[in-house]
Amino acid sequence: MAKRIKRAATAVLAALSLAVMLGACSGTGSSAEKVTINVFNWGEYIGETTIADFEKTYPNIKVNYENFTTNEDMYVKIKTGGSAYDVAIPSDYMIKRMLDEGLLNKIDMSGIPNYKYIDGRFKSLSYDPGNEYSVPYMWGTVGILYNKTMVSDPTDTWKILWNEKYKKQIIMPDSERDSIGVTLKMLGYSMNTKNIAELEEARKALIQQKPLVQAYVVDEVRDIMIGESAALAVVWSGDAYYCMSENENLAYSIPKEGTNYWFDSMVIPTTSKHKKEAEIFINFMCDPKIAFNNADYIGYATPNTEVMKLLDPALVADRNAYPLKEDLESSEIFEYPGDEVNKEYSRIWTEVKAD
Amino acid sequence: MKKAVKKLYLFLIYLFLYAPVFTLIIFSFNNSKSRAHWDGFTFKWYGELFRDKQIMTSLTYTLTVALLASLTATIVGTAAAVGIFNMKKLGKSLVMNLTYLPVLNPDIVTGISLMILFIFINLKLGFTTLLLAHITFNLPYVILSVLPKLKQLNKHLFEAALDLGAVPLHAFRKVILPEIMPGVVTGFLLAFTLSLDDFIISFFTTGSGVSTLSITVYSMARRGVNPKINALSTLMFIVVLVLLLIINKRSSAGEGSGGAKETAKLSNLI
Amino acid sequence: MKKGWVSYPYIFWMILFTLVPLLLVLYYSLTAPDPSGNSVLTADNFRRFIEPIYIKVLARSIVLALTSTLICLLVGYPVAMILSGRDLSRRNLLVLLFVIPMWMNFLLRTYAWMTLLDRKGVLNSLLGMVGLPRLNILYTDAAVILGMVYNFLPFMVLPIFSVLSKIDRSVVEAAEDLGSDSFTVFRRIIFPLSFPGVVSGITMVFMPAVTTFIISKLLGGSQYMLIGNLIEDQFTRVYDWNFGSAVSIVMMLLILVSMGIMSRYDKEDMGGGLL
Repeated sequence: MAKRIKRAATAVLAALSLAVMLGACSGTGSSAEKVTINVFNWGEYIGETTIADFEKTYPNIKVNYENFTTNEDMYVKIKTGGSAYDVAIPSDYMIKRMLDEGLLNKIDMSGIPNYKYIDGRFKSLSYDPGNEYSVPYMWGTVGILYNKTMVSDPTDTWKILWNEKYKKQIIMPDSERDSIGVTLKMLGYSMNTKNIAELEEARKALIQQKPLVQAYVVDEVRDIMIGESAALAVVWSGDAYYCMSENENLAYSIPKEGTNYWFDSMVIPTTSKHKKEAEIFINFMCDPKIAFNNADYIGYATPNTEVMKLLDPALVADRNAYPLKEDLESSEIFEYPGDEVNKEYSRIWTEVKAD
Repeated sequence: MKKAVKKLYLFLIYLFLYAPVFTLIIFSFNNSKSRAHWDGFTFKWYGELFRDKQIMTSLTYTLTVALLASLTATIVGTAAAVGIFNMKKLGKSLVMNLTYLPVLNPDIVTGISLMILFIFINLKLGFTTLLLAHITFNLPYVILSVLPKLKQLNKHLFEAALDLGAVPLHAFRKVILPEIMPGVVTGFLLAFTLSLDDFIISFFTTGSGVSTLSITVYSMARRGVNPKINALSTLMFIVVLVLLLIINKRSSAGEGSGGAKETAKLSNLI
Repeated sequence: MKKGWVSYPYIFWMILFTLVPLLLVLYYSLTAPDPSGNSVLTADNFRRFIEPIYIKVLARSIVLALTSTLICLLVGYPVAMILSGRDLSRRNLLVLLFVIPMWMNFLLRTYAWMTLLDRKGVLNSLLGMVGLPRLNILYTDAAVILGMVYNFLPFMVLPIFSVLSKIDRSVVEAAEDLGSDSFTVFRRIIFPLSFPGVVSGITMVFMPAVTTFIISKLLGGSQYMLIGNLIEDQFTRVYDWNFGSAVSIVMMLLILVSMGIMSRYDKEDMGGGLL
């Protein structure tokens, strides 16, 4: 009996060690000089072949590509210092926070010649006035993605998300700044408010909205909306354009109360051990051909002037996809409200979900 | 009549247990990405699965960690079990309480407490921390598998060997070890399976660049339909099925519900 | 063989990787950073937990876990009975078939239910085909309970089965010979004898159900925050280790208390359910 188990176990063991060794061999390859960089990006936020293209162009750099779901998740991973990322792609307000806390390395712009393709409109922004720490990757807005066959009311206002008619048909983002921000706009306040009374009001509105919400998700929203499992969703513009290309019943609207427009930029955290290679990667991402592949696949607005020439002119002319300055007059960029108020944002989102 | 009802009930339960698995298997051959519509037969997702670097890397990590962790846990744990068995009453109960601690503790607490420790002692989260965490939650199961076998042992066996002039280590290897071997093997297999299946503790104790299969599936599942996951499930199901059938066939003459008992032991870590 | 020292590496290991981490959790739960960033001793983290909103999370976790435990018991007990009534050769095969899905990765099993329950998923297509109304259960508490029952049902069935199959047949036959109907036999003999199995079953389903955070996240669409989600949230999003640690301590206490309650009913020793 024991012998039988032993024999079976030995067989299993042998097979597994073989598998491990094979895997290890194919994984590490032959050259010992290879550098591995850890790239930390949002889910579904890069062209299908970009990483493979990069590794083909730079055979001595291996990319370890990982995803996060929200700015906050990413921040905690980097802040705890447990993990060493070489490139991360946070948004505006989070870049400011990380910069203030000394989590970002200065980028050597001379190593990024492709930076010249970035439109001046996306340089010298408040979170990085000297253009020393970040290289813009994509930008976009937050809006309402809705199914034309299921929604009859006007979608040009955030108030529709509180309409009882769409009970269990509404998808909200599981991301504190976005959900609270949209609610603040609905109430007529600033998305960057530091007024606790206004935030409390937003909390109440979100709790009141909860019975109408089908789910709080981030990346899953694409499947849900394409599959017509919900009528309305608060989404980022790129997700909206991706879904619209998959299902023609869908449309995207930016409510008149104004919204959040945001910039996701590539940064090098101080935990990086391969700054040179990180810069090579960032430069590669700004290469017009690569940046075109990215923008074309994920559907967000590119800050790259060359890429805009390559894209479908109808898309670039679409003022929902590429809003002009005057379209964004009532809209805001998220700012980091400081640690004290930020705690309130976090607390409110915890309480909304806890209710 | 009564028999028919019983059969029907059992059938429904097995349907409930297997419906999700079979759905995944069927849809792994579906030509379209959809969850609901059949659009022709294909093997393409299997090809894509093997080309998916992320999945393949995490598979390698999963197997490496499970193998190293369960081997280490088996060696350290077997030695520990022998030591514990020979301890005085007070020491024994203290150590046994320590052993039960991670078994009874919710996984999420084990996970975050280890994460806090690693960050506290400034250890970069990654392969090392993942391995340390896996060894830690494997150890008690090895001990709990080996101890009962030691209890069944004839106490005078070892002394007799010493009296006959054997050095302790030699006596242990020749006399004790063969007797407790089934417990050691059970402990190893248990530890290995637990390592393979773990998600929560790995989730908190791993860092950049190192991800287990569970973690990869989690991040993929959150991004919605992915036929590659279906293909992966199908392959895993077949492997598990074949392994279990072989083990069951080899041991069915001896223990009846051995598999069941072991599965019951798994419970606390899932 | 009086050599206790062979276990010293283990003891050292367990102190370093089990005891010390838990003491760190305790330390974090009892401290909070003051405005200048130094840690000060405080009970605020625990005080925060007894706010109604978090008690609601605790209550929801317990209610959902108890509900799924009860369903597992009601559904699983007959399964265990039928299985144990089979003759030996069939029984082994059936038990094996019962545990096979459990050996699939836990995440994959939960993902499978997302596929099944989706509004446009397999279940609704089948219902639509036979002309039944659609079910919208994904992202409801019913889906969370379903996920728990599916994942933890074997933990209820197996311990009961293993006790039932050890029951001496002649006891049952004797009762029948003395004229008891089958319900009386069940009530007076089979159920009392299987009670230890029921107790371990309940413990083994309740524990993972009350601490899970994945099932509620994937199948509940993050709407039903459980105590596990609260902990995960504090460590991965909010970066409030102090509050997260306090909630973890509460969860540990919850487990210990329920273990204590259950072991009162368990005739065997404390680890009975595990061994």
